[in-house]
Amino acid sequence: MNFISVQNIFFSYSNNEDGSLAKNAVNGVSLEIKKGEFIALLGHNGCGKSTIAKHLNAMLLPDSGKVYIDGDDTCDEEKTYDIRKKVGLVLQNPDNQLVASIVEEDVAFGPENLGVEPEKIRIRVDNALKAVDMYEYRKHAPFKLSGGQKQRVAIAGILAMQPECIVLDEPTAMLDPNGRNEVLSTLLKLNKQNGMTVVLITHYMDEAVLADRVVVMDKGKILTLGTPREVFSQVELLKKHRLDVPQATELAYKLKGCGLNIDKMPLNEEECVKMLEEVLK
Amino acid sequence: MVRDVTLGQYFPGKSLIHRLDPRAKIILLIAYLVIIFCTFNYLSLAVVALFTAFCVAFSGVPAKFYLKSLKVIFVIVIITSVINMFYGTGDPIFEWGIIKITVNGINRAVFVTVRIICLILASSCLTFTTSPTDLTDAIERLMKPLNKIHFPVHEIAMMMSLALRFVPTLLEETDKIMQAQKARGADMDSGNLFQRIKALVPILIPLFVSAFRRAYELATAMECRCYRGGVGRTRMKSIHMKKLDAFAFTATALVIGGVVLCNIFLPAAL
Repeated sequence: MNFISVQNIFFSYSNNEDGSLAKNAVNGVSLEIKKGEFIALLGHNGCGKSTIAKHLNAMLLPDSGKVYIDGDDTCDEEKTYDIRKKVGLVLQNPDNQLVASIVEEDVAFGPENLGVEPEKIRIRVDNALKAVDMYEYRKHAPFKLSGGQKQRVAIAGILAMQPECIVLDEPTAMLDPNGRNEVLSTLLKLNKQNGMTVVLITHYMDEAVLADRVVVMDKGKILTLGTPREVFSQVELLKKHRLDVPQATELAYKLKGCGLNIDKMPLNEEECVKMLEEVLK
Repeated sequence: MVRDVTLGQYFPGKSLIHRLDPRAKIILLIAYLVIIFCTFNYLSLAVVALFTAFCVAFSGVPAKFYLKSLKVIFVIVIITSVINMFYGTGDPIFEWGIIKITVNGINRAVFVTVRIICLILASSCLTFTTSPTDLTDAIERLMKPLNKIHFPVHEIAMMMSLALRFVPTLLEETDKIMQAQKARGADMDSGNLFQRIKALVPILIPLFVSAFRRAYELATAMECRCYRGGVGRTRMKSIHMKKLDAFAFTATALVIGGVVLCNIFLPAAL
């Protein structure tokens, strides 16, 4: 079985105030994630992507269907903390997930909860902070850091628990472009160098392009999935569901519409330049 | 405006007092506060005052901050000492109408003044040299025995440290909301007291709503990081009593001993 296996799950939040049934936030989703993969989960607000994220570490349990993490069923209450240790979840607002007034104490919070011995916590904290390039800020107060730095501290807080997979729920939504780049390059480094499984939830297309696989969700269902190239070639499908494609792809798509002969859709500026050079030759 | 507020009154430093174990500091302060009120003659009062001066001098915090903390209680000191002066017993040395001043009354006034000043200086010395995090941590460790009678020590300490953590965040938020309301034409700087209090309502309501939302998200984040209360939790920083702490305990014990001896062998001034 794959590291993460989501099998046909349905989930709805509790009923509306007027007593009517709330509609399903997740409507029959199945997804397999292998160890070491970098997955991007795309979709509009309210398409169920955050709900999926919370299912991956047993914060939410499916109404029907099963989620298995490394072979463990998330519904098994005895395994809840094992699962949360294996799959770390980073939330959107870095301010609301830092618990201590000093960076290193915040990073230590996870391992402290796991009951790790003090000397080992020290090592884990130092390593986690070095992994996100925040080691020199270990004595700082979090509220004096920039958004990107805070979010990296939050990631370090999860890394210190030594998870096998890290799920990020729109970690860059509240950051400026600099902060976004900091967080993304940290994630790429973790994935490529440490072999960390990364599930990145985002609505920025240029972030999704960096992933090994892209999963596009709409109305609680998976619309399409595949490599970024496969997914973003389906420009019509994405447009129909009011989703964007990366700028470079959009340009190529429009040029193609004008009758240019383009067989390989570019995903970033570099590829786009290359493609244009070839076309113009 | 809100941004300038310094949380607590902690001054980072590396002085003798800074380096003491926060637990030791709390215990010593409590013992010291008790002994301040057990001084009954001028020699013991002098011992206590000297010891206070010693602590203040070695805390490495600029004197003006101590003066600032004294300024706040200046009025209280004056009022209590004046009242005490009139309640003395014995033969009056000065009499005017119903006002009688006795030697005993003057003594009382001096004692009250010195005691309150020492009390404030010693407590400031603790808050100036100990970070809020260390303080809550020390309180948690000191109160640990209360766990046996099912007193939620860990939960209270966790709430205190979370509250401290969110003070700057919520201050920043207040600032933002105030600016947002001003941009919409809210007038907060004019009108009588009643109008000004009323003008705070549109700031407090969004602040509360956002505080609750933050609390909800924080709880989720804490659960994601496997938080399940104090049971089975370890701490990264283990604090140990060092030689310096033993020295501080000895010094305070000597002061207490001195005061007790003075009280036994010298006549009381009160």
